[in-house]
Amino acid sequence: MKHEIFEKNVILLAIGILLTISIGGLVQIVPLYTMEQTIEKVDGIRPYSPLELAGRNIYIREGCYNCHSQMVRPFRDEAERYGHYSLAAESMYDHPFQWGSKRTGPDLARVGGKYSNDWHVAHLIDPRSVVPESIMPPYAFLAKRELSFDDAADHMKTLRIVGVPYSDEQIATAKEDLRIQGMGEAGGDVEAFLARYPKAKIGSFDGDAKKTTEMDALVAYLQMLGTLVDFTNVDPETLYR
Amino acid sequence: MANVEKDALTGTETTGHSWDGIQELNTPLPKWWLYTFYACIIWAVGYWVVYPAWPSLSDYTKGVIGYSSRAEHAKEMEAVKASRSEWLGKFEEANVSDIVKDSQLLNYAMAGGRALFNENCAPCHGAGGQGAPGFPVLADDDWLWGGTLESIEQSVRFGIRSGHEEERVNEMPKYGVDGLITKEEMAAVADYVIGGLQGDGAGKTVFAEQCAACHGEDGHGLPEMGGPNLSDGIWLFGAGKDAVLAQLNSPKHGVMPAWQGRLDDVSIKQVSIYVHSLGGGQ
Ligand code: HEC
Ligand code: HEC
Ligand code: HEC
Repeated sequence: MKHEIFEKNVILLAIGILLTISIGGLVQIVPLYTMEQTIEKVDGIRPYSPLELAGRNIYIREGCYNCHSQMVRPFRDEAERYGHYSLAAESMYDHPFQWGSKRTGPDLARVGGKYSNDWHVAHLIDPRSVVPESIMPPYAFLAKRELSFDDAADHMKTLRIVGVPYSDEQIATAKEDLRIQGMGEAGGDVEAFLARYPKAKIGSFDGDAKKTTEMDALVAYLQMLGTLVDFTNVDPETLYR
Repeated sequence: MANVEKDALTGTETTGHSWDGIQELNTPLPKWWLYTFYACIIWAVGYWVVYPAWPSLSDYTKGVIGYSSRAEHAKEMEAVKASRSEWLGKFEEANVSDIVKDSQLLNYAMAGGRALFNENCAPCHGAGGQGAPGFPVLADDDWLWGGTLESIEQSVRFGIRSGHEEERVNEMPKYGVDGLITKEEMAAVADYVIGGLQGDGAGKTVFAEQCAACHGEDGHGLPEMGGPNLSDGIWLFGAGKDAVLAQLNSPKHGVMPAWQGRLDDVSIKQVSIYVHSLGGGQ
């Protein structure tokens, strides 16, 4: 009956609640201030290009994370199947992150470059056309829906508020960058684009160069996943945590 | 406490609260539960001491055994490599055509190659290499870029139109879109191609002038150019005149990723040997 004292004294109860909540809060908040130490320092990580970001938004909108994780864990079976384990740095510009917790399909953290654009398009239009036993749903409509360009800069501004370092230049050229990445030279200055977003893949991802569709955006996103860090240049010991 | 009452029926203490004559029992927690709970608390304290646990302002507590899941993982991968080192070493030194001569190594290669193929290649080339539209069959003897062990290894290692520096690449001209030949010539050469490359009409002339450089004079294909055999009834992009006309108008080009960098050297050799064994290796 020792809790009776809390039950009968409002002030004491309030103090007790405050104490409990602040311990819970501290445990969650303090690590945010020490995050700098948690995130590995590796070269190559950059914010998403506008087209990749649009693809990421479609990935979230369609709920791909319900079946796919994006987190290769440091286990032998995962390393042999997917490649190098995921780093915190690789999702430092993800808001929200897509680590996921369900693998109905394979992990996608390193899927970039594993397949051709043609394969991704065929697979998203009808997964069973290439993988007969697949249970993934088809997303054929993405190839018919033109990508909305108007909100690209707004998405980037929003991310900047939560700490993604988009420059004023990157936000100003958002629409142009969408065009360049989706159609190459015809869209504008490719070199300047690559200076803004190194290693970005350029071209008509869905094979139709005339318009930029949601399919283009989603495939551009899939093709860059896990490709930014060159692990041949990383000393593994600096990653130990 | 003065007002502790016992419930007449169960003999359990009550809290003294009563609503509409219903009394609240104050049943104590089962002992086994309580002690498990205390044990967990003690376990947690021990865990904090032994393992990395608490963030500090500039670092985190490392724990007395200095455990790191990533270091552990690296150690495990090293150990796996060491346990395989005897034959891994042989794979590293030998080239593919020597490996297939050693029956033991060949067995390793086939087992490893099959697993690698199913994970990495089957989504495009189909289980067992049976192919799909736009993705060539690997289980027959019709090769785009050559079916010797070495050519297969090169296709796998550097890819085809993959963007790798040493990729295999060749692009068929856009005869229709770029207006390189007339509509009539296109129709004639398409008829000639689907007719089995026989006869002496306009189609044959166009073929000799335009197509032979990549597809061979007899149309049997030139593996060094990646120009497919057009005479064997095996089609990458579909059979029939419409498919040929579509290819002439605005050619499709298959892309195969480069596996160098994604798969290690030994894996590339194993999977190449596996592909060679699927039925059509030369
Ligand atoms: C119902 C669960 C489910 C959903 C939802 C789903 N997938 Fe899949 N996905 C799978 C399964 C199962 C596979 C494995 C079979 C296959 O390749 O189709 C797969 C395979 C894949 C692969 C190939 C991965 C590899 O390494 O072979 C990609 C890429 C992919 N999915 C992307 C997506 C995207 C993008 C979305 C959202 C638009 C999505 N998936 C939604 C279940 C799902
Ligand atoms: C993204 C789909 C894709 C994946 C994954 C893929 N390939 Fe291919 N591969 C292709 C395409 C498309 C071609 C035909 C290229 C062309 O049209 O010239 C090809 C061609 C080849 C060739 C040459 C065939 C010939 O006739 O000369 C070999 C050998 C080959 N692939 C082996 C593999 C192996 C082994 C793997 C797995 C490690 C693999 N491929 C994974 C798409 C793929
Ligand atoms: C510069 C080289 C080149 C020339 C010239 C060329 N081709 Fe091709 N052609 C190719 C290549 C390479 C491919 C295979 C594309 C691939 O593998 O993805 C191909 C594919 C084809 C295919 C599709 C084969 C299949 O299996 O589906 C046809 C049909 C074809 N060519 C017909 C012609 C005809 C007819 C001409 C002449 C008017 C011609 N080509 C001229 C390089 C050439």
